[in-house]
Amino acid sequence: MSSAVVEVRNLAKRFGGFTAVDGVSFDIGRGEILGLLGPNGAGKTTTFQMMLGLVTPTSGTIRMFGLDLQQHREAILQQVNFSSTYISLPYSLTVEENLSVVARLYGMSDIAGRIDDMVKKLEMGEWRHKLTRKLSSGQMTRLTLAKALLTNPKVLLLDEPTASLDPDIAHKIRAILLEERQATGLSILYTSHNMREMEEMSDRIIFLQRGKIVAEGTAKEIVARFGQADLEEVFLKLAREQ
Amino acid sequence: MAYHRIAALVIRHLYLYRRSLPRLMEIIYWPFLDLVVWGFITVYLATFQGEMPAVVTFLLGALILWDVLFRSQQGITISFLEEIWARNLMNLFASPLTPSEFLAATMVMSLFKVIAVSIVMSVCAWLFYGYNVFIIGLWLIPFIMNLVLTGWIIGVFTTSLIMRFGQEAEVLAWSMVFLFQPISCVFYPMEVLPSWLRAVAWINPAAHVFEGMRGLLATHAPPLTSLSLASGLNLVCLGAVIFWFHRTFNVCKDRGSLVRVGE
Ligand SMILES: Nc1ncnc2c1ncn2[C@@H]1O[C@H](COP(=O)(O)OP(=O)(O)OP(=O)(O)O)[C@@H](O)[C@H]1O
Repeated sequence: MSSAVVEVRNLAKRFGGFTAVDGVSFDIGRGEILGLLGPNGAGKTTTFQMMLGLVTPTSGTIRMFGLDLQQHREAILQQVNFSSTYISLPYSLTVEENLSVVARLYGMSDIAGRIDDMVKKLEMGEWRHKLTRKLSSGQMTRLTLAKALLTNPKVLLLDEPTASLDPDIAHKIRAILLEERQATGLSILYTSHNMREMEEMSDRIIFLQRGKIVAEGTAKEIVARFGQADLEEVFLKLAREQ
Repeated sequence: MAYHRIAALVIRHLYLYRRSLPRLMEIIYWPFLDLVVWGFITVYLATFQGEMPAVVTFLLGALILWDVLFRSQQGITISFLEEIWARNLMNLFASPLTPSEFLAATMVMSLFKVIAVSIVMSVCAWLFYGYNVFIIGLWLIPFIMNLVLTGWIIGVFTTSLIMRFGQEAEVLAWSMVFLFQPISCVFYPMEVLPSWLRAVAWINPAAHVFEGMRGLLATHAPPLTSLSLASGLNLVCLGAVIFWFHRTFNVCKDRGSLVRVGE
């Protein structure tokens, strides 16, 4: 049996005649952070949504914890969570109410204690009783990250988790994610358009273009293979080849 | 079905209602206003009591029962719309929550709404017009239960249409039920309909409830036939729309439109 927590094989998604994801395969090991890079429209979000069971793949398989996602959706999603700069939580609830609903949805015990931990960890104390509608975009990003970590996931999907954060908070968030990985063996699939962050965070990177994987390896390996100075140069080279 | 997930969704909606005046108005003020308008019409009609006996009992009773159906449908559809407006569908359906649990939670919300609206309307009808809704007797209970089920049928049907066709279909949340009103025979007997429309009305469980109510008030005979027809049709139709909801859910997942509803 493979030791990978996530196994994606020949994953494809066609919308009508358009192929958004085209035969993608990758593994994520326990405690591994895999970076997913690619220009706009490369198929990153579609891949995420298929891994969250929100979009049905046209072909291919997604297995997590040794189980097939199509057949064991509930058991898998109980141990997976996600966060994105582009999502929010209901505006008319307070920060704490939103977290409490999420904790109940995942059947957590000691909800109050768990929320206290998250509030402390993500420095949300000053606005925990605020209506979500009144948060700044950076605070909202922290809240969605808190909701993702709250449920003790084993796999975390993060779509540009630091995009709207100031450098100080972004730095803290990265530290928290690394800490969490260290402490719990959390596996993370990560997208970001910040190449330095990608290099700093990812153990391995896959580069997606028009739905296909065009490069794979550690940041150093990819940079060396394309003969560029850094990941940003590789990105520009590949994106402009489109 | 995991009850903690259904409870989580219900609590999420209760948080919402707790501090929202427009949402509370939906439960208290609008039903009250409906009752006041129809109450005055009834009072006016009652001056012809001689020619139209039982008109008061009849119209106010029908109105309250119609509101039960309406609020029951709204309980389902508005709960779904709330998730679209809050852009919360992705958070919900990327969690272990199943579509059946989601529907079950909207049904619980619908029951809460029906109970609240029924209390408001019955108390107001009694206070302002001295009208006792229990004049219909204990039969009121199966009548109401059947109307709640019909409300769920229309609610689940409308929700599926909104999920499938997105924002353009949102208006159906308020208008769909009125498409059913003429064939629900709320204020008139089924026999006044032209024969082709009568055939359509016959399939509508709500029409049998209102027929039953009129029959009961007129003859005091137990409305067993009407209630059996209503219950049978309700169960069949509810099963069919729940099946259709699941199918639509899967179609939306296939088209990648589930998380884009309302955008
Ligand atoms: N539901 C859908 N129906 C039709 N086409 C879709 C659908 N969802 C995505 N696409 C198309 O699939 C392609 C990949 O989109 P996707 O959102 O996965 O890209 P992405 O890599 O996340 O881009 P970005 O960095 O801009 O977020 C795009 O061309 C997009 O238009």
